[in-house]
Amino acid sequence: MSNAADKTKNFSFILPALIIFSIFWIYPFFYTIFLSFFKGDAISNLEFVGFLNFKEILFNDKAWWRSIYNAAFITFFALTFQNILAFCLALGVDKSIRAKNFYRVVFFILPILSEIIVGLLMREILISDPGIFNQWLKKVGLGFLARDWFSKENVLLTTAIVHSWKGFGWAFVIFLAGLQTIPEQLYEAARIDGANAFRTFLSITLPLLMPVVALIIILTISGTMQAFAMILALTRGAGGLTEVPTMRIYNHLRLGQVGFSCAEGLILGVILVFVSGTVGLISKKIRERWGVL
Amino acid sequence: MYYKVKKIIILILLHTFLISVALSCIFPLIWMLNVSFKTENEFREDFGLQLLKKINLDNYKTVLLKGKLGYNFVNSVIYTFITVLLIVFISSLAGYAFSRFEFPFKNFIFFVFRMAMFIPLPAGFVPVYILLNKLQLVNRTGYVLAMTNMGLSLSIYLLKTFFDQLPKDLEDAARIDGCNRLQIWWNVGLPLVAPALAVVVIFNALNVWNEFVLASLMFTDEKLMPLQVGLMEFYNRNIIAHTLLMASLAIAALPIILLYLKMQKQIIKGLTAGALVG
Repeated sequence: MSNAADKTKNFSFILPALIIFSIFWIYPFFYTIFLSFFKGDAISNLEFVGFLNFKEILFNDKAWWRSIYNAAFITFFALTFQNILAFCLALGVDKSIRAKNFYRVVFFILPILSEIIVGLLMREILISDPGIFNQWLKKVGLGFLARDWFSKENVLLTTAIVHSWKGFGWAFVIFLAGLQTIPEQLYEAARIDGANAFRTFLSITLPLLMPVVALIIILTISGTMQAFAMILALTRGAGGLTEVPTMRIYNHLRLGQVGFSCAEGLILGVILVFVSGTVGLISKKIRERWGVL
Repeated sequence: MYYKVKKIIILILLHTFLISVALSCIFPLIWMLNVSFKTENEFREDFGLQLLKKINLDNYKTVLLKGKLGYNFVNSVIYTFITVLLIVFISSLAGYAFSRFEFPFKNFIFFVFRMAMFIPLPAGFVPVYILLNKLQLVNRTGYVLAMTNMGLSLSIYLLKTFFDQLPKDLEDAARIDGCNRLQIWWNVGLPLVAPALAVVVIFNALNVWNEFVLASLMFTDEKLMPLQVGLMEFYNRNIIAHTLLMASLAIAALPIILLYLKMQKQIIKGLTAGALVG
């Protein structure tokens, strides 16, 4: 068999993947950039407008920046409350082997359920008529926490809480996996040296877990900034109060403003690459300074 | 003695904390199930706080038979099954080739596949939707193909790295026995990467089952919608029917939860492996 025929046969193995990938990823990637310079629905009409879409979004579109703010608020909440909660849970579960599997199974139930299920269920539970969650709070003696969860002042915080509640299981499982890679001998050595629990945590657990922390930060940012379906099911955007960028992209597509959607998508994409890149760089610097990994 | 007491108190506090978080995860789901078996009048009396006395399947019958949720459920099963099957075939062929064969532009093509996992394309569904419109593929075929693409780059990467770790001896033996490439891939390669294939299946099956955005754009006929879109439609039409809504959510959630409880180890491992690679 000739070498060329051989290579053709080899190549045929990746051909199906390459075809689908070219049609549904490579072409759309460049098509997004192309469309962002146009106006219209791209199906029946299309008009070249240059950088107008970008100008409009970056400088004149208050609603866009409000949606970025909303997503950033939810992301900040997830980065702090969700991840710190997940970290504490992982620390607590790490040492007790018997309970480990039970907690792991329970904490990971919400991440496997769809965003629509969780969003609709929590909407039903939190919405003021009949106010089921508020009644639960009263039953367990936390009645002072009861409030209108979807009021103007509360709705964004409610969204952030539900989002973090749905997502903490992810961070928990990844933290736990990270904790498990730390060799037991290190803890032994620290104990022999007379280090207390806090000192051990600062000198062993935290530095060795830095790569995992950086990973979780990046995953949380890119996941939460693009979150959409759960928020749609939970609040419908609440008249802009919980509108997030992906929701605007989606709605503009529905309205036939395709170029606008694409420009919004590109701007969000660039923001995400920039933020993740910065986080990655900072964590690398920290690791170099601490001399781990 | 003092030390022991302190240790026990810490343990009690720790488990109180863990259990209260665990309860917050389970309680809403139990409430959902509880309400789904009640009549609307019973629900109005106790808001689902009292445990039900008898199981009443009327709500389930209503949403499945009178509503379109039965169709939606079957659709989701079909879309998920076909998509995952396509992903498994296409990505294992490609993953095998990237690991074992030489062909032109191999490294460059692999690099492009890899990049797809890192470049966020938040508006990715926009051009895909336009494209499917132009190809007259705004239908089930188009949806399945687009969803197949979404799982490809990650699955190819997972399978390629798994193939890389395997020795080639068995494949060499098969070649000497006169098997061709395709036979070796099917008879030797695939069985060897079964653990990685399990990850690919779990990760993608959940992804397709839970997908909402593209499906909501593509299907206007309720009888073709998958479950997630069907749920949203159902809610938009029946905002006041709490018990019916809970039954429909339970129908969507229960199969996943049961499957999860049965295969928790593989599912947690599969999803985290998928996420960590991405």
